[in-house]
This record gives sequence, structure tokens and C-alpha cells, in this order.
Amino acid sequence: MDEPAWADEDAGPIVRPYALTGGRTRDEHGGRLDLLDLVETTGEEPERRMDLGPEHLRIRRLTAEPLSVAEVAADLDLPLDVVRVLLGDLLKHGLVRLRKPASVSRLTDARLLKEVIDGLSAL
Amino acid sequence: MDSQPYSSHDPVAIKIMIAGGFGVGKTTMVGAVSEIKPLRTEAAMTEKSEGVDDTGHVRDKTTTTVAMDFGRITMREGLSIYLFGTPGQDRFWFMWDELAHGALGAVVLADTRRLAESFASVDYFEERRLPFIVAVNCFDGARRHSPEDIRSALDLDPRVPIVLCDARSRESAKEALITLVGHVLDGAGTRA
Repeated sequence: MDEPAWADEDAGPIVRPYALTGGRTRDEHGGRLDLLDLVETTGEEPERRMDLGPEHLRIRRLTAEPLSVAEVAADLDLPLDVVRVLLGDLLKHGLVRLRKPASVSRLTDARLLKEVIDGLSAL
Repeated sequence: MDSQPYSSHDPVAIKIMIAGGFGVGKTTMVGAVSEIKPLRTEAAMTEKSEGVDDTGHVRDKTTTTVAMDFGRITMREGLSIYLFGTPGQDRFWFMWDELAHGALGAVVLADTRRLAESFASVDYFEERRLPFIVAVNCFDGARRHSPEDIRSALDLDPRVPIVLCDARSRESAKEALITLVGHVLDGAGTRA
């Protein structure tokens, strides 16, 4: 008897990731989203004309509390650039907003760095 | 100095890279101090194509998924540390640039049995003048070397801290991160 040859995980994704974006590999949001940009849903409700998929709605549920772009991608288990495209759609429709966290590279704020050291010690 | 002003209401994100060669314990270290999530990104296996993408035809382009280890430590509301384990293989340098952008610094994990695996990471952070420390993962059975032997083998600047660690241990991973932040703090006034 021939059993159907079910694909296992090793066969790779059944749905190619960019199918979720309609083949788009670039987001329609102007600037490139940083890994640490915080995403948060706005009060707006999605409408049918916006042509959103289930992943868009999952992002909205995930970001009821602000969440970094990196975490949205990790929680959705989708490649980062796919998530950037999906986020671009949501931004375009005003369904999420972005907050840029203060970057702490080359930070000269000794007070904050000391706070981080104390916080790590207390973990 | 390109520090930027921020108010105490703004969320603050601190990005730290955990770098080092393949199989040196990066995943273990990120997991020792935070919940760990794989973060996927796709990379083309072929040469980067120049110019505009083809329209009309979809060419055969092989992509591969690169998974990085990613963790977050929440210090308090509005202050989080994000840890990113760098992809191990050299062909994923493009991802290093994204990770290094805005990073506070890096922990370079080293394995004394394969110190050469750490050269590329050390070079990368030296070239970009990104503060880093070297954490020597003391695997079971590995011969112990003194930090000074390691400094000379890696040709490290005398100011770069070296710590001996056990990447599996939360205390040890914490100490490596604390050493890095302390190093940034020390250098904050003197770095050009």
C-alpha cells in the first residue's frame, strides 16, 4: 500500500515565507525597521479593504504591549525581513505605531550603565 | 561623541552581541541568563545581485535560513538588555552588521582548544571600534590557560578585559556581561 509521503520538518516550510507578503521582499514603510524598534498596536480596527492576513492579525495581538521587531519575528517564527514587510503594511494602515528606543551605543551616561551593572548583579 | 539625549520616559534598549566561532557556547551563554528564542533571517546563497530585481521572471535563487539566538533581560519597565548570538559561519557577515548597529558592545566567547576561531570576531570589533571583552569558556577537560597567554595569542589590546567563564552557569554569564558594561563605562570618558 502506498502511504502518502508526508513531509516532515526537514523538508522545509510548506508555504514559502514570502507567500505571506504576496512576494514582496521590501516593506512599504519608508525607513528600515530596526531590530529593537518597539511595535505597539494602535486603537484602530482592521478593515476588510486592508487585505490583511492572519499573520498581520497575530502581530496585532502580540503587540498589545510594546514588543521589539526582533521579538515579533521570533514569536511568529518567521524570517525577519518577512516580518518587516508585514509590519510595513500595518504601519501603512495605522494599525501599529513605532517607538524608537533610545540607543545606548557609545553611551556616556554613567548613571544608566551603573544601573545596568547593578541590575545584572541582582538577577 | 555621538551620544544622544533621552528623557527618562523613553524606553532604553541595550544591545549586546555574543560572538565567537561555531560551537563555542554562544547559545548556552544566552540561554544561561535569559529565555532564548531563535530569530530567523534569510540569506541568499548566491552572490548578491546588483541593481534592480528582475521583473517578470522569478529566477532560481537559493536562500538559506540563518538562525540566531536571541534573548531579552528586562531590568525594569523601559530598560531592557537584548542579547544576540551572532551567526557562526563567516558567510553571514551581513547579519553581523545589522546586529552591530547601535550595539553597546560584545562578548567574544573563546575556546582555548580552538582560539583561532575567535580571530575573526576580535578583528571585527576592533575594526569597528566596538567595545568588547573576551570570555574564555572553560570546557570540561580543556587545558586551562592564563588570561595573559590568551591575550598574547589573540594579540589583544591590554585594555580589553579577559574573563574565564563557564557559559552554562548563570553567574558566570552574568559576570561576563557585567565586565563588558564596566568596560564600556571605563572607556566612555576616554574613547575617541
